[in-house]
Amino acid sequence: MKSCLVVDDSRVIRMVARKIMEELAFEVVEAEDGKVAIERCNQGMPDAVLLDWHMPVMDGLEFLHALRRLPGGDKPKVVFCTTKNDLEHIQEAIKAGADEYIMKPFDSEIIQSKFMQVGLL
Amino acid sequence: MIRHDDFELLRGIVKSRSGLTLSPDKAYLLENRLMAVARKWGMNDIDGLAAAVRGGPNEELLREITEAMTTNETLFFRDQSPFEQLQKVVLPRLMASRKEARHIRIWSAGCSSGQEPYSISMILREQSALFKDWRIDILATDISRTMLDKARAGLYTQFEVQRGLPIAMLMKHFKQAGDKWELDPSIRAMVEFREFNLLGDPGTLGRFDIVFLRNVLIYLDQPTKAQVLEKVCRQMPTDGVLYMGGAETVMGVTEKFQPVSEHRGMYRVTAGGPSQWKTPPASIASNA
Ligand SMILES: C[S@@+](CC[C@H](N)C(=O)[O-])C[C@H]1O[C@@H](n2cnc3c(N)ncnc32)[C@H](O)[C@@H]1O
Repeated sequence: MKSCLVVDDSRVIRMVARKIMEELAFEVVEAEDGKVAIERCNQGMPDAVLLDWHMPVMDGLEFLHALRRLPGGDKPKVVFCTTKNDLEHIQEAIKAGADEYIMKPFDSEIIQSKFMQVGLL
Repeated sequence: MIRHDDFELLRGIVKSRSGLTLSPDKAYLLENRLMAVARKWGMNDIDGLAAAVRGGPNEELLREITEAMTTNETLFFRDQSPFEQLQKVVLPRLMASRKEARHIRIWSAGCSSGQEPYSISMILREQSALFKDWRIDILATDISRTMLDKARAGLYTQFEVQRGLPIAMLMKHFKQAGDKWELDPSIRAMVEFREFNLLGDPGTLGRFDIVFLRNVLIYLDQPTKAQVLEKVCRQMPTDGVLYMGGAETVMGVTEKFQPVSEHRGMYRVTAGGPSQWKTPPASIASNA
């Protein structure tokens, strides 16, 4: 079973995302900010990270930079999932090493489409 | 509830004008969709709409009724694999056999709001070096004027650009326009949009090496499907390629086309052409 780390400071979003990812047969681990997410990755690299941008403590972009420097941190497919819905932010995220980008609001169809793009479905 | 004779009248119109077949259990669908048309024409129910139809010939009204009953669901790079095959197998192969003419024609029949033909044009753009000195025409047709207008405008919602479209393509070929995303005019210019009813004679459109006829025939009855496929076949060379939707088949409908076993959704003209569409050897691909 493939694993997905869902990183979002909103409990509701994590819950919705978890449900969608579980329906797509992913094992889901959650983190409420970038710092916790790094701890989770240190315990074991997930196959994918669904990543919010704006979060307290450590935001999505900082997390991504830190992740890509960890041993094995180049492996997870990182899909941003954020309300930052403009080209500049998309470019910044992709430059930092994100594989795909979801503009909120999202639904299961969009998530599925994006995880197909990164080759995990 | 819609009256039985109104339903029969309206579904008859839709059937004869487009081939779209509505079974009696679709009465609610007809009612839902035609309410907007009724209101637009100043009637507040389907009864009134049916009365207007009975009142005498009104081409515009009949056209709008038909158009309202089409299903326009679509997305970029739908099913992915046809577009990969197009790029990796079909185009290199056809280019190898058309080295003299350097001309390939592609038809997206039932193109809806344009995602299908634009997916093709984005693929061509990605490999523009390969097609230098080639003329590649993409004709996209639909019966629905509303969809054709939308397609020509090339404006898509945030939801639409996130279904099937890789983020790299969004970054490269779209720019933001208010709360919509606008496809690059140069990509749009690669596609010609035209109103065309598949019940008509495609002879007026010319010949096509590749035809995308996907998720259109599913709404038509068996004899109409066969007629459309036979007419389409007449417009294709023997090495032409037809694509249909993932849930469709020609089996039991026509013998003019045969599935290409190694590629789902892809069909070859029965009368000729290579029976194998494996990835061509590198030399063909690079010479092309
Ligand atoms: C479900 S969409 C498919 C769009 C696209 N080919 C795809 O696969 O995503 C079907 C389209 O066929 C068009 N259509 C239905 N009947 C037609 C007819 N008789 N002639 C031309 N187009 C027709 C509809 O207007 C609609 O836009």
